[in-house]
Amino acid sequence: MKIHKAAKLLAVTLGVSLLAAGCSSGSTGSTTNTNEKVELTFWTWVPNIDKVVSIWNAAHPNIHVTASKQAQGDDEMTKVLTAAKAGNPPDLFQAEYQALPTMVSNDVAADIKKQTASVKSHFADGVWQQVTLGTDSVYGIPQDSGPMMLYYRADLFTKYGLTVPKTWDEFATLAATVRQKAPQSYLTTFSSNDPGWFAGLAEQAGSQWWSVSGSTWKVNVNDAATKKVADYWGNLVNTGVVDKQPMYTPEWNKALNDGTLLAWPSAVWGPGVLSGNAADTKGKWMIAPMPQWNAGDNKTGSWGGSSTAIAAKSKHIDAAVQFATWLNTDPQATSALVTQGGIYPADRNAQSGPALASPPDFFSNQTDFYPMAKQIADTAAGVTWGPNVNVTYASYKDAFAKAITSKSAFGSAIDAMQQATVDDMKKNGFTVATG
Amino acid sequence: MSTRGRTAPKGVPYVFLAPAITMFVLFLLVPIGYTAYLSLRGVHISGLGLGRGARKEVFVGLANYRAVLHDGELWRSALRVLVYGGVLVPSMLLLALLFALLLDVPRVRLARFSRIAIFLPYAVPAIIASLLWGFLYLPSVSPGQYLLVKAGFSPVDLLNPTSIYFSVINIAVWGGVGFNMMVMFTALRAVPQEIYESARIDGASEVQIALRIKVPMIVPALIMTAVFSTIATLQVFSEPTALRPLTNSLSTTWTPLMKVYQEAFARDDIYSAAATSIVLAAMTLVLSFGFLRLVQKRAFGQDR
Repeated sequence: MKIHKAAKLLAVTLGVSLLAAGCSSGSTGSTTNTNEKVELTFWTWVPNIDKVVSIWNAAHPNIHVTASKQAQGDDEMTKVLTAAKAGNPPDLFQAEYQALPTMVSNDVAADIKKQTASVKSHFADGVWQQVTLGTDSVYGIPQDSGPMMLYYRADLFTKYGLTVPKTWDEFATLAATVRQKAPQSYLTTFSSNDPGWFAGLAEQAGSQWWSVSGSTWKVNVNDAATKKVADYWGNLVNTGVVDKQPMYTPEWNKALNDGTLLAWPSAVWGPGVLSGNAADTKGKWMIAPMPQWNAGDNKTGSWGGSSTAIAAKSKHIDAAVQFATWLNTDPQATSALVTQGGIYPADRNAQSGPALASPPDFFSNQTDFYPMAKQIADTAAGVTWGPNVNVTYASYKDAFAKAITSKSAFGSAIDAMQQATVDDMKKNGFTVATG
Repeated sequence: MSTRGRTAPKGVPYVFLAPAITMFVLFLLVPIGYTAYLSLRGVHISGLGLGRGARKEVFVGLANYRAVLHDGELWRSALRVLVYGGVLVPSMLLLALLFALLLDVPRVRLARFSRIAIFLPYAVPAIIASLLWGFLYLPSVSPGQYLLVKAGFSPVDLLNPTSIYFSVINIAVWGGVGFNMMVMFTALRAVPQEIYESARIDGASEVQIALRIKVPMIVPALIMTAVFSTIATLQVFSEPTALRPLTNSLSTTWTPLMKVYQEAFARDDIYSAAATSIVLAAMTLVLSFGFLRLVQKRAFGQDR
């Protein structure tokens, strides 16, 4: 009957399609590698990194690297940690300097001291320190750095007759002047949402939040230098001469775009951010060295910057180090990183290389952008990051948000950060010294 | 004719239940069990904590729970969420009830359009809704603020520590009214029309019918939406998290679930987070179960 016929037809169709599927799957067999080709995975979020990696792959048929953008920043760190716990981390991964100790302490980053003996001379001491964590080991190869300098609206400074401040005292006076001359504008804003920014400012003042002595960590988030910086900014915010809105919000973008904010203490990767968030102001910004605490000084801090680290569980550590070294020191690679990825390389040779001969598009008005950046980069203070930077950074956000809304002194926020950091370390069994 | 062929073999019900039970076990029981296991563990570091083997997972008993229960920030965030819920749930449900009753009036115009318009915000994911409202709250980019100032009024600060409660509640109400309204409206539609006819013959006005007939008849739906809304409110996370980077008025631990997220992912302390989430789940269970017990007769009694 009809039902039986339909059922038969269905069965036959199913059978034939299954057979076909079975036959076709046989054609994608795996090729055996007879010349020991090494496959490496690389998790990174640098824009257009695949273009840089393909240069390597073309020249090194035996070591093939596959780059993938799994996530960015803290999220990527979490993913790498999880993958390592599961037993299959990527061979290489991008690790921001302040996240590196967490990776090392979770036994995710390998010690590559043996393979990197000749690499140290490529980098400034302050930068190299961030991958050795103050110990004899080497846990990554620096990729880019974020030395801080002052960005300012040259056109508005001319319009209001302002001079670029060379010291923080001059900066404070300038902030008050701006409020007088342009009551709806501010010189800059203090952000409770960007701990890395504040850490860089504290570094400039000479702070040392973590240091190692033997097998004890010394934690000093509330040292005199940091307190000085916090009190300085607290004074500016509470007297209303600087704004108190967080950065990277639509309101902040608009303020940069329409001149409500005249200056931005930021890092060398600023042009990328400005071109994205304040497109109308192209060619109107300039950079100058960060104001100093003492006239005549020449110091700055860093905001951000990452390294390339190798997973301890990787099966091809030597090959991975080879690639990481090439990526961050070879002239062709660093040129590509600059032009394709838009980063400022940590490698000294690259900093004076051809890729940085002309200023970024957004700063076409300042021809000495990169030479000045290189000078500033050489003055960046070294940093030792502790094992729980994430806790300190998390407590920064809450502590300063509270201090701003309650108009209280910023020094207490620093104390709260110190307390949170020490408590967390003690809870995990670290031996901690303070003071 | 024998009836032997009609009785199904004994195991058939279990075959039907098997997929649901497997998924329940795999995706609910096992993770909950693992969370409970993690909440009893901690980390112990030796030395500087760098290098191989410096970090070990150890059994810490109830230390995590003790720390959680003594943590003032958790109780402050719980209190905040209770205040938040205390304002949100009644206002959202009252608004939903009002809309449902209005839509149930005979000869209401634009019924279909109104239903869709009120329900549409529910389809917007919470994050996107929060970002959208964030734009409307930030003074310099808000069209509302712009019009207000143009009309001569002084600008309104919607993001200071007090008004932030109402700003977050507003987002939740905007997004949640639609769903609750649909539930109540569906319940209203299920009420037999003869009751209304007899009421109208007795001389009852529409308002009287609404308050004295319709509302009591959909009490089970009201209770269900109240319980679901309460549970959802106690777990609020997306709206404050999305608004937080825009203002200084929200902390990263503004709600208990935000605190769990902070501990697990920002502070890298999954053990504390596990303990906090178990405590949070227990509190939610007590609250929602307690409420259900209280209204049990009204909610389910009519079906018996």
